[in-house]
Amino acid sequence: MNAYSRLLLAVLFIFPLALTGCQSLSGSQTPGSQTLYDELGGQPVIEKIADNFINEISFDQKISAHFKDTDIDRFRAKLIEQLCNVSDGPCEYTGDSMLDVHQKMNITENEFNRTVDLLINAMTQAGVSHRTQNKLIARLAPMRPDIIYH
Amino acid sequence: MSMSKGFAALLLCAPATLAWAGSGKLQETAGVTQIEGSSGGGLVPWATLAGYDSRDETSASVFATRVSTDDYRLFSWGAAFGWNDRVELSATHQTFDLTETAFEISQNVIGAKVRVYGDVIYSAWPQVSVGAQYKELLDTTLAEAVGAEDFDNGTDFYVAATKAHLGAFFGYNLVWDLTLRGTKANQFGLLGFGGDQNDSYEIMGEGSLAVLLSRSFALGVEYRQKPDNLGFAEEEDAADIFLAYIPNKQFNLTVAWVDLGSIAGSDKQTGPYVSLTGYLW
Repeated sequence: MNAYSRLLLAVLFIFPLALTGCQSLSGSQTPGSQTLYDELGGQPVIEKIADNFINEISFDQKISAHFKDTDIDRFRAKLIEQLCNVSDGPCEYTGDSMLDVHQKMNITENEFNRTVDLLINAMTQAGVSHRTQNKLIARLAPMRPDIIYH
Repeated sequence: MSMSKGFAALLLCAPATLAWAGSGKLQETAGVTQIEGSSGGGLVPWATLAGYDSRDETSASVFATRVSTDDYRLFSWGAAFGWNDRVELSATHQTFDLTETAFEISQNVIGAKVRVYGDVIYSAWPQVSVGAQYKELLDTTLAEAVGAEDFDNGTDFYVAATKAHLGAFFGYNLVWDLTLRGTKANQFGLLGFGGDQNDSYEIMGEGSLAVLLSRSFALGVEYRQKPDNLGFAEEEDAADIFLAYIPNKQFNLTVAWVDLGSIAGSDKQTGPYVSLTGYLW
């Protein structure tokens, strides 16, 4: 094994272990630094994401079926609160818990991932950069167990 | 089936979408296809499973890979079936051409992989899968000649852990894999299994690290430790740097620069690697 190989092997094996320990190289916020809410572009962009997301859902036959009894105005308001809240913006989420909202809906893994795709489309249309999109998705990802198969 | 027919089938079938088709996973989470036909990177099998089936779906995919080094050419093609994001079965045919002597070795690889824990993106700990690759040499002449203990067939066993970290690398998604493989294979099995220097299973470390530059591009490096069982020539570890283009859930294309080290006395076998995977459903 040459020196180059040894180095590569060391990087491959040590880096993941270090990463598992700290989970993120840039995810945590230090006081006074820019929040994800600011990075997204604040309230106007979050509202745009919500509108685009609702529009994307309305064009998706499978996902829109889950919203046929939904009060869309309320959904929009609570979604905006939630996106603002998870991105460390100046909002409180006043909606129901994710677990309560998705109860008896039996959302499949397929539908969940499809909805993630629609959210990505919504963010792209709102001009959110790839890297900022990833950070917002990382904040929302832990909600998955409360959403699918209930 | 000839390769041309295989590609024709790929092109004809790729756009087909069925109700129970595997489309439920997030793009890029099926990985690409590694050289022995398992879902992975290019050289290393990952814990990911071939195909975009989620837990209510099935999937099927076909792939073709070509590696050209100074003295050798390796062509690998095959198919994989995925069930409920739980099981992956694969069948692969490899041909290995020695450029100077016009000698050809071929080998079939039957692979099976089971996901035992987690989800590459969503679980707290990495996704973990266990797998096996049963390799059957179709031309044993060279394996016999170089002193392999077993020149008919051999089986590799592996456990792989893969994790994606969303936005973890300055906002970019980062994916890593660590694989431990128990193997006796000489040069992936193409030169038989076991040899005069060693004839027992050894645990080899393999790993990959990739940055997802966008929703479609992944740039990464890989390393694969290999045994050195044969006295007649040294076998070295393999490494590569790859760029995968994953524009949708129908196909992906990977180009890489591979360093296979010394093979059967020919040093510094490096060269381009190209791989195409198509998802039938």
